[in-house]
Amino acid sequence: MMLFWAVSVLNGLAFGSLLFLLSSGFTLAFGMMRVINVAHGSFYLLGAYVALSLMRVTGIFALALVGGATVVMMLGLLSQQLALKRIYSNQLAQVLFTMGLAFALGDVLLVLWGGNPQVMAPPPSIGGSVAIGPIVFPKYRLFVMAAGLVVAAALHVLLSRTRLGMAVRASVDDEEMAQGVGLNTEALFMIMFGLAAFLAGLGGALGAPFIGAARGIDFEVLPLTLVVVILGGLGSLEGALAGSLFVGVVDSLGKAAFPELSYFTLFAPMAIVLAVRPTGLLGRR
Amino acid sequence: MKWSVGFVTLVMAAMLLSIALPGTEVPAQSQQRVRVGMPIPLTGFVAESAQEMVEGFKLYLEQSGQRLGGMAVDLRIEDTEAQPQMALTKMRKLVEQDKVDLVVGYYLAFEGYAVRDYVHKNKVPLFLPVVAADDLTQRKRSPYIVRMIWTSSQPNHPFGDYAYKKLGYRRMVTVGADYAFGWENVGGFQRTFELAGGKIVQKIWAPVGTNDYGPYIAQIRRDADAVYVLLVGSDIPRFFKQYQEFGLKGKIPLIGGNAVTDEDVLRAMGTETEGVLTSHTYAATFSRPENQRFVNAFRTRYKKDPNYPAEAMYTAALWLDRALKIAGSPKDPLRLVGAVKRVDLRDAPRGPLKLDAYNNPIETVLIRKVVKGSKGMQNEVIDTIPNVSQFWTFDPVTYLKGPAYTRTFPPCQYCEK
Repeated sequence: MMLFWAVSVLNGLAFGSLLFLLSSGFTLAFGMMRVINVAHGSFYLLGAYVALSLMRVTGIFALALVGGATVVMMLGLLSQQLALKRIYSNQLAQVLFTMGLAFALGDVLLVLWGGNPQVMAPPPSIGGSVAIGPIVFPKYRLFVMAAGLVVAAALHVLLSRTRLGMAVRASVDDEEMAQGVGLNTEALFMIMFGLAAFLAGLGGALGAPFIGAARGIDFEVLPLTLVVVILGGLGSLEGALAGSLFVGVVDSLGKAAFPELSYFTLFAPMAIVLAVRPTGLLGRR
Repeated sequence: MKWSVGFVTLVMAAMLLSIALPGTEVPAQSQQRVRVGMPIPLTGFVAESAQEMVEGFKLYLEQSGQRLGGMAVDLRIEDTEAQPQMALTKMRKLVEQDKVDLVVGYYLAFEGYAVRDYVHKNKVPLFLPVVAADDLTQRKRSPYIVRMIWTSSQPNHPFGDYAYKKLGYRRMVTVGADYAFGWENVGGFQRTFELAGGKIVQKIWAPVGTNDYGPYIAQIRRDADAVYVLLVGSDIPRFFKQYQEFGLKGKIPLIGGNAVTDEDVLRAMGTETEGVLTSHTYAATFSRPENQRFVNAFRTRYKKDPNYPAEAMYTAALWLDRALKIAGSPKDPLRLVGAVKRVDLRDAPRGPLKLDAYNNPIETVLIRKVVKGSKGMQNEVIDTIPNVSQFWTFDPVTYLKGPAYTRTFPPCQYCEK
């Protein structure tokens, strides 16, 4: 029984790390520009497909990860420059635009990669499994956990220790004042939206050997992302980390302990947190 | 001059008529056409496997010169997206818009259940070469529906018995897809396994399209003699892979319901599947000469081994070809179904087939083991059980009075918490 709990918790942490990559991008875009990016799940799926193809052609895992993330970043920048930039103040237009983008992208992915669900084979060095005492656990999942932690640390350093991070925080707190002291907020917004898309793509690439790529996954991960972000507090990076790990573990244990109630165990904590703290666990406003 | 004006008018009128009304001649008998509707889940979680249904059917048409029963075939293929509501929408489209004479296709149990009432009410002859949903030829049977393959529980009844008597398992865990197909497979297996004296000590249900089996595999009781698994489509390779990743392969033997080691699954898999036992009515390696002829033709055409849906659709085309010859016309649904019942199918690739009184075939069940072949993993037939009906050794009337297999039936009386 102990074994079961240990494996389930480990599983939840691995899945949570994957969720963190997704929700950190989402929460960054929202924190900066109040953009609710409904296409975030589609960005994830695009990253997964590109990584799959790159891995198949080149066999180089690092290239698959970076390539998947970069292609998604370009798409993110493009949509930001062509459309989102013009409708910053109009949230309804933003939601409609990103929703349209999500549907259109879904169909494009179907045409390009077909209807067959695909799973990427991880490189042999992180394939297979390791034994930790009596627990046998897939190596790749440990790798995803490590990757999640590295990204979390990197984002934390970026936002709190660098000049760019300072500028970002200043623009979030008071955009007009930031412009007043000479910060180019428009360029900052572009960088941050690109970074958000990059993270979603990276999540997709890392997720490709884990949960695979298939039609419909875009709209499966989007609600999970929303739960995480709302639970953790919109716009808060620490909130996204805490929310991801929490949702990952609750989801894993919930599926194992009460399989019939897996949606209940996922959404009930969110409802409770919102009732007690409308801003989420670590939200500021 | 009068006659010449009349003549010119006549000629001109004839020319006009020939332009205005082309092709008004009555078609000759030999030009009769049969409109075939074919709804298939070409996208979604069974896409890869279902695609081969089309390939199997088309292979037969190529061999028969695009004719069934001597009639030219008008084939309408529709994608059901592996969703029940879409299965019904596409059925409506085929019947009401395309005016098809018959429908042959579908893959998933819930697709069959979704269209059952519509087909029955509108008298659409529906042939199901792959859909295994038990009740379509049991409690919800219809004179317009003929199944051309086993019911979900059909190959599992002999297998439950086999697992206890021949494999010597006593305590088992089941992992099943959480919908009709999974319940009926697991239910059939559990019923005869426990009748023989075995105990199912844990039943795990996972939703269709589960991306991560980690949480489910973690629960499996490590003290079981063996695990029985029945999943569908793209869930299967994920499960096999993760069963190995979590270190259970080699520790607890894995056996499975019919399609989990289907040829299209094995193509994409390595040694994760080695040694898995399943019961089914088809294996590409089955040595029957009729099967080897079919397999060779399929290999030449598509450069791969056929999976069972491919064989099932090929056989369905053969079956309909002969039935349409007997019926002479596809226009009368009940006459067509009657003709389908009269067809002699001793020479189908997978073995002799005949329908029982409930429009469901009685066939030979094969016990198969996954072994490493020269071109990758393949199913080896290690045992055959002839003449298996959907009711196994039970009396049909008593059987049908009992409840259908569901998530909670048979109850898990030996489950331990």
